[in-house]
Amino acid sequence: MSEYKSGSNLEKVLTAGHFAATGELGPPQHADPAIISKKAQHLKGVVDAVNITDNQTAVVRMASIAVGKMLLDLGIEPTIQMTCRDRNRIAIQADLLGASALGMKNLLCLSGDHQHFGNHPTSKNVFDLDSMQLLDMVRRMRDDHQFLCGDEMKPGTEPHFFIGAAANPFADPFEFRPYRLAKKIAAGADFIQTQIVFNVPKFREYVEKCGELGLLDKVYLMAGVSPIRTYGAARYMANNVPGMDVPQEYVDRMRDAVKGIPDPKKAEDPEAKKDARRRQREAWDEEGIKICVEVIQQVREIPGVRGVHIMAIEWESAVPEITKRAGLLPRPQV
Amino acid sequence: MIVGEQKPLEEIRDMIKGCNKVLVLGCGTCVTVCFAGGEKEVGILASALRMAEQIDGHKLEVQEYTVQRQCEWEYIDPVAEQVSDVDAVISMACGIGVQGMAERYPDAIILPGLNTTFLGIPEEQGVWTERCQACGNCVLHLTGGICPIARCSKSLLNGPCGGSQRGKCEIDDEVDCGWQLIYDRLVRLDQLDKLTAVLPAKDWSTSRDGGPRKIVREDLKL
Repeated sequence: MSEYKSGSNLEKVLTAGHFAATGELGPPQHADPAIISKKAQHLKGVVDAVNITDNQTAVVRMASIAVGKMLLDLGIEPTIQMTCRDRNRIAIQADLLGASALGMKNLLCLSGDHQHFGNHPTSKNVFDLDSMQLLDMVRRMRDDHQFLCGDEMKPGTEPHFFIGAAANPFADPFEFRPYRLAKKIAAGADFIQTQIVFNVPKFREYVEKCGELGLLDKVYLMAGVSPIRTYGAARYMANNVPGMDVPQEYVDRMRDAVKGIPDPKKAEDPEAKKDARRRQREAWDEEGIKICVEVIQQVREIPGVRGVHIMAIEWESAVPEITKRAGLLPRPQV
Repeated sequence: MIVGEQKPLEEIRDMIKGCNKVLVLGCGTCVTVCFAGGEKEVGILASALRMAEQIDGHKLEVQEYTVQRQCEWEYIDPVAEQVSDVDAVISMACGIGVQGMAERYPDAIILPGLNTTFLGIPEEQGVWTERCQACGNCVLHLTGGICPIARCSKSLLNGPCGGSQRGKCEIDDEVDCGWQLIYDRLVRLDQLDKLTAVLPAKDWSTSRDGGPRKIVREDLKL
């Protein structure tokens, strides 16, 4: 075996000490593959790997591993996501054997959004394992070539994943979060992608505490970032999304970004309406990307932050511009 | 205790369609204490059924009776005569009582009048909340006496997840985050060290997942 755990591009970039950048692609709610290549073209070459969500917000979508295979065929490295909500330990291990056989090397282990949020709120959740136990299971499969039950795989036939976990520095209880990160590392996490960071001072406080606990040498910590799309989205994230912390300053900046542009809803002439909408869109795009780039530059200054995970959900086209302006291009060839 | 809640009247009426005589059978233990299926509720349901059927021009005879417990043979054996005298029995017990009756009276139609909701506690007057899912493998000594299986919406053994905010669960502002409660209690007891180890994958075979569960105590058998 090589000295790498998986030999993925993401692992090599991080191991070589480069500041990593990853993107995210949300699979469609249908079976038409055309949209995948369309979204993927924005991400190719501008990030080191692309996360493929696993039925995010509990809405049924094309399977993460299937989309991962499509990305591989397009020459893009996927990071497949696996939640504990929909599969028990049997199904998870089986899917991971398949994913590894298809060439997937990065895996993000998650509990999963509760089905209450999704389009099948009357479904039964599984949670046979939690994210911590999932990490432990995947690590054992890789390092001990054992299934969770203890049955062995012939050495050399086991799946080799670069194992990721999520962390939300902004959820409560805040003071426990670094300790929970320590548990994830102990369970098997090689890299961490955090919840979207807007409140940089609070994030810095979290990272410093992780440093005091000696965690930052044991794991590659990547800060989650995201461009805000509209003033409404900023307000919504600030007030309605549990575990999100959006400072008022950014909400105000999104509001002020469209100052002086007539409200498209009030325009009577269809052309004027269209024009106002376009100007509003451009102004928000510009401000959203600008804030995102600022956050990237700020988190990059925090010792121990080894990369950024850019979540431009349904706005993949913003990623080339964000990475360019943030000075993250060209991506390292390792 | 086992907490139950009466089914909607229309659902019960639908179940007894075609019956001319029914017995509403209450249970004097858990569901009496939670005001769902005791003697008083039997009387109210029986009256409601009589009135509703009368309005619809249908004559329905409704008998009322309440036993101490529908989950023990000794209490349900004595109602044999009442059961044989009606077209159907609406059991106001939990699901255990309904099945006890069905098992004891294999030729009778036994219908559920309640939905058995959970194993819980009357938090305050008129409010009941779940406390136990009877998973068969108690971890309360590790979690400050607060059950993560019953109180965490995802039954996480290594919470809290990223959706915990201001002490509430991400699924609902009204639902306490079970793991915040556990954390607070362990802080209070100075036992936070209990949260440093990863709790391993749970053996769910003691839970519902292992099929119908059974305990045999040879020392107690006659």
